[in-house]
Amino acid sequence: MSKLHVTTTVNGDEVEYLCDPRETLLDCLRDKLNLTGAKEGCGTGDCGACSVTVDGRLVCSCLMLGVEAEGKQIETVEGIADGYVLHPLQKKFIEYAALQCGVCTPGILVAAKSLLEKNPDPTEEEARYWLAGNLCRCTGYDKIIRAVMDTAAELREAS
Amino acid sequence: MALDHRKSIFNFVGTRPDRPDGLDKVTGRARFGADAYAPGMLHGAILRSPHAHARIVRIDTSKAEALKDVKAIVTRADFAVLPFKPGLEGEFWNVLENVMAGEKALYDGHAIAAVAATSALAARDALKLIEVEYEVLPHVTDVDNAMAADAPVIREGAADYSVPEGMHPNVVRYHESGHGDVEAGFAEADLVIEDSFVTEATHQGYIEPHACLASLGMDGKGELWCTTQGHWYAQKYCATLLGIETAQLRVTASEIGGGFGGKTTVFIEPVALALSRKANRPVKLVMNRSEVFRSTGPTSSASMDIKIGMKKDGTITAAQGIFRLQGGAFPGAPGDLTAMCAFAPYDLTNVRQVGYDVIANRPKQAAYRAPGAPMGAFAVESVLDELCNQLGLDPVDVRLKNAAAEGSKASYGPTYERIGLVETLEAAKAHPHYSAPLKPGQGRGISCGFWFNHGGETSVSLALSEDGSAQVMVGTPDIGGSRASMALMAAEVLGIPYENIRVTVADTASLGYNDVSHGSRVTYASGLATIKAANHAVEKLCERAAAKWGIPVDAVKWEDGCAVPSGPNAGDFDPLPLADITADMGATGGPISGHFEATPEGAGVSFGTHIVDAEVDSETGKTSIVRYTVIQDAGKAIHPTYVEGQYQGGAAQGIGWALNEEYIYGEDGRLQNSIFLDYRIPVASDLPMIDTVIVEVPNPGHPFGVRGVGETGIVPPLAAIANAVSNAAGVRMKQLPMSPPRILAALKEK
Repeated sequence: MSKLHVTTTVNGDEVEYLCDPRETLLDCLRDKLNLTGAKEGCGTGDCGACSVTVDGRLVCSCLMLGVEAEGKQIETVEGIADGYVLHPLQKKFIEYAALQCGVCTPGILVAAKSLLEKNPDPTEEEARYWLAGNLCRCTGYDKIIRAVMDTAAELREAS
Repeated sequence: MALDHRKSIFNFVGTRPDRPDGLDKVTGRARFGADAYAPGMLHGAILRSPHAHARIVRIDTSKAEALKDVKAIVTRADFAVLPFKPGLEGEFWNVLENVMAGEKALYDGHAIAAVAATSALAARDALKLIEVEYEVLPHVTDVDNAMAADAPVIREGAADYSVPEGMHPNVVRYHESGHGDVEAGFAEADLVIEDSFVTEATHQGYIEPHACLASLGMDGKGELWCTTQGHWYAQKYCATLLGIETAQLRVTASEIGGGFGGKTTVFIEPVALALSRKANRPVKLVMNRSEVFRSTGPTSSASMDIKIGMKKDGTITAAQGIFRLQGGAFPGAPGDLTAMCAFAPYDLTNVRQVGYDVIANRPKQAAYRAPGAPMGAFAVESVLDELCNQLGLDPVDVRLKNAAAEGSKASYGPTYERIGLVETLEAAKAHPHYSAPLKPGQGRGISCGFWFNHGGETSVSLALSEDGSAQVMVGTPDIGGSRASMALMAAEVLGIPYENIRVTVADTASLGYNDVSHGSRVTYASGLATIKAANHAVEKLCERAAAKWGIPVDAVKWEDGCAVPSGPNAGDFDPLPLADITADMGATGGPISGHFEATPEGAGVSFGTHIVDAEVDSETGKTSIVRYTVIQDAGKAIHPTYVEGQYQGGAAQGIGWALNEEYIYGEDGRLQNSIFLDYRIPVASDLPMIDTVIVEVPNPGHPFGVRGVGETGIVPPLAAIANAVSNAAGVRMKQLPMSPPRILAALKEK
């Protein structure tokens, strides 16, 4: 099967790749662009470890084909920090020990950032429901939710 | 030098610094199993049996081999070909048979053949061209059915010496223990309750599927990168299965995306090595989620009978449990551990427990956090709760009345040293949660839980750098922040800042043998070894100081990161900081390192008590956990935040096991729920905040008093939640998970 040429923007950089029409966006990010921050936990859109945003919308990159990225703006976990400056969510996740093994963390950070951009003042329940698409097996979510809520409070104070 | 004293005042231990791998893990930089690539790398894929039990009549790989992208195909014939290891026995044979089927497919998902091709898609396409002719055989997946007289025999001769005569060949191990006279004890009781309980198999549910990158040359030298809880185990098993010498295979553990016991063995790693040897190129092999569910090691399912007698004052007069565990198609279901743990929290005069290890047509079980203990606790603590209800007794008071303490003879034999069960129960009683009012439709449950904890073979090396920083090499993969704990313990001994210490999980070529990260052993055993290795380095630092000052070494002691004279008679010298000694160590005797190797045996058993409030919707049968409190003895919490994390994670997994999670097999013996949509683990909106109380009753077997904390947290939840749900619903729940249909059925029968 012949491959297709895709031009897209990832974390602000224009990139190109050739992909099989069956390959997912996740496959392309990881195997062609060396952006291995997004993880494949399930391949069926149930775990959220592959979360990225496409034109600002939170998606599971395992459910989107690589060819569908043509002309889109994609943001991954590698693009959350501003150079050497961590995003407040990243700082709070370390401070709160909101990760144990860390494999779900990239997806949760992308999803949580997306939440706070849409809703700067979520209730605990809203945060829990927004992150219900991101499975974490280590933490029981307690410290994750606390880190997200505290980040939200800090960002509100700063703005 | 009194270096090995038991400490109680700490400078670093007990603080909560950021973890050293935190930055990598919040930026996507951390490299997990599937994040490795190699020049010339091929991609592997595995063909798996669609049948629960079938004879493999013929495998024809010719069509797949004809594809230009296919570089190697392996079947069972490609394993263990070294002439001086003609046959494998025991667990080596079991693991080989599990990673690649021999004469029979023993479960839905059993590996039959594997392909290496130039891309993952090409490998998957090639699988479809492999033709396998099966002769389908009768199968059995349920534990009670597998023990029945007419059950199909899964493997003749699998039973060991422990199984009494006359049992079905599917019963492969038998355990019986206890003390006293249970019949006499039951006769003394005011109330005896006897009941049966069932739990379904669950999966550890780590978010990272198994993944590896393997390279093995025809010269028998290999490299393996994999996500594992124990790379020395992987080294030993892969080398043996491939017929090469252990030392010729170097294994590097990747960052591990969860394990919980499920990554204590090998599945795809020997297959990737065999493919690599045949193709003469590196091979990457990554499981998909469905393969993880179908073909790795879930827990055992269990069927249990419990009988407990109690006096009106709450004294337990006798306790008996029969625990039947199904562990898939190979020996290993921890019926013995279930039996040994079930009554371990209590000081009993008369106790008897029996455990069965039963094989069935399911994947080979693997450890899952305190393997075997949660199901037994569910059954026993449910009967205790029912006794309390019927006798009108407070469930915490009854447990306190019967609680084991230092000097108690454990139900499984030994006499306890210093333990912290009573302290957890007293903390439960004093906790505001225990006296908080309940709303209508809510119920409260409590349960105790026990786990042995483990020491295991351990090696640690510590090397000091010229600038006074220290590197610590441990051999236990970091599954929850252990590098932070090791650095804290090393900082405590050396007296240098936490930030000046880098802890690395070394590969198998860089350190002596290390047992797997399991048994809640890492902070205990690798921690003990880190302390001893640091002490070893401190001895050398003191020697250098003594030589410099021209005084005997026993006139030097180590204090707050400096060598100092041990007393006024030793001489008047200014404290000599570590960095001043290391700065010229090359000229004063050479590099300064510390080492420690041992199999520490003082792990110190662990107890916890959980309190949970559940609300049952009588219309839908849905249960909500509205409040949860974990109280557990940590001995000494090195990094309290990560201890809390272990408590919370164990509770959350227990909530899933109690309410949602189960392996569902069809009549055809195939697993019906092999994706996360159908095998539903708790999500953020399912859970409340999980409160924690860290009790610290020091473990006499560790220099700082540490007890492992990883596993005990999953022992009480099943029972505590079942007790809460039963009290809320007004009907005793005897089968897990307590999914909405089961609750509705129980309410209907009430």
